[in-house]
Amino acid sequence: MPRKLPLLNPENTAFWTGGADGELRIAHCDACGTLFHPPTPVCPACASLDVGHKPVSGRARVVTFTVNHQAWTPELAEPYVIAIVEIVEQAGVRFLTNIVGCPVDRVRIGMPVRVTFEPIDDVWIPLFVADE
Amino acid sequence: MFDRVFEKDVAITGIGQSEVARPSSKSAMRLTVEACMEAIGDAGLTRDDIDGVACWPGDNNNGDSFSPVGTAAIKSALGLKLNWYGAGYEGPGPLAGVIQGAMAIATGLARHVLVFRTITEATGRARSRTANALTNKSAGRDGTYYWQWYTPFNVLSAINLAAMYAQRHFHDYGTTAEQLAQIALTCRRHAALNPKAVYRAPMTMDDYFASRLVSTPLRVFDCDVHCDASTALVLSRRDAAKDQPNPPIRIDAIGSAIHSPHAWDQVDLSAMITQEVGRMMWNRTDLTPADVDTAQLYDGFSILTLMWLEGLGFCPRGEGGRFIENGTCIGLDGDLPLNTNGGQLSGGRTHGLGYVHEACAQLWGRAGGRQLADPRVAVAAAGGGPLGGSLLLVRD
Ligand SMILES: [Zn+2]
Repeated sequence: MPRKLPLLNPENTAFWTGGADGELRIAHCDACGTLFHPPTPVCPACASLDVGHKPVSGRARVVTFTVNHQAWTPELAEPYVIAIVEIVEQAGVRFLTNIVGCPVDRVRIGMPVRVTFEPIDDVWIPLFVADE
Repeated sequence: MFDRVFEKDVAITGIGQSEVARPSSKSAMRLTVEACMEAIGDAGLTRDDIDGVACWPGDNNNGDSFSPVGTAAIKSALGLKLNWYGAGYEGPGPLAGVIQGAMAIATGLARHVLVFRTITEATGRARSRTANALTNKSAGRDGTYYWQWYTPFNVLSAINLAAMYAQRHFHDYGTTAEQLAQIALTCRRHAALNPKAVYRAPMTMDDYFASRLVSTPLRVFDCDVHCDASTALVLSRRDAAKDQPNPPIRIDAIGSAIHSPHAWDQVDLSAMITQEVGRMMWNRTDLTPADVDTAQLYDGFSILTLMWLEGLGFCPRGEGGRFIENGTCIGLDGDLPLNTNGGQLSGGRTHGLGYVHEACAQLWGRAGGRQLADPRVAVAAAGGGPLGGSLLLVRD
């Protein structure tokens, strides 16, 4: 599928390129230990500027999802699954992704998933597959 | 509690609206001028009395059909002599123009503020099906703070985001598609009584389930209908409003809170920000949800209306599905008549100000065949995801 790619910047590069090393990298506060998303140069929990990023296991659960049936452009192969997943390392750390590699009607809220990466140019898009 | 509630010194004194067409042969500016001149005249004023202009989101400087006319353009077109004006996308949703206009009056920057919203998405879609796609908000790579987290995953429309809220609400509370359908069916019933509504033909439950699934669990009939239209109103200082022809409709309370992160995937997924908006609004008034005679609540997607019903306290959180079940409660004869002009689902996506226009039409007894029996208190709310604001309107 065609994908619009993100413009890389100092904050988001770890998330969008960690896949080059097979790692899902999430913003992390070195002062209070909190993981957070989206990445910013300041910790939303304690306002420390001592932030970086940390590789996580890549395991997550589906918090919610939708099966998109509309071909918004002729190039888009529907149906496809859009989901919000929460990483297992910390409750509330979640982001939007696609669930791939299984029939669309298999996706459920609460389903365990693990990361896989789709490299396009210099970006490794983190997608998720069923992990059960 | 808040120790100063400035909005009580502000009243809506006039309303206006262009044709609601799909598409219109008139220009965006022509539609805007018609709506604004009608509102100014309705308020018993002339152009010379208007000293403030507000709108949301204002001119995006790209001529797009989502917001083709901003405050600068209408100021110049109408030759207004202003003491204050303002607009911009960032704010508490599509009612931000009303809220900012009220602030300008309450702080003494202006006396009579013209607020408008023009949208020409019917024309825009006719030119290009993807005119308003989220992927077209940026050229080339997505460098936006906001949308870059969604567009790489082929989220081209906000329906995908709203659909995920619906899925979560269904999961957490047992809400069903049959229950949610009542929003669309109720709006269509009301639209039949509104000569300006885009879709007026009867809709049955079978029609609803026969409509195409766009993004599960949401169908075509869960989506509002694009149109070309402009809606306007005049806000006046309460002491000036006394001498104007319409009984003043006071802004009794505003809800404009956002406590969660400002992102579609980081808000409460089964409530959005409606709970904090509702808490704020009710903390600024002695009135309660039981006092409300009609609710005009955002229905860009049907599920959003359900969340506004809960967030504004018309039913407990999670009970929205049962609250609207069989549609009687939210019908014209129900306890809480909802979106009495057909909402955006059937009336047309006038986008925000349409709810305020209809609330005022009802409070002034001008709603024709869909008129409620002497309503005095109305709520208007608009927005989805992290965007949201509400108004409690009272005719004294
Ligand atoms: Zn921290």
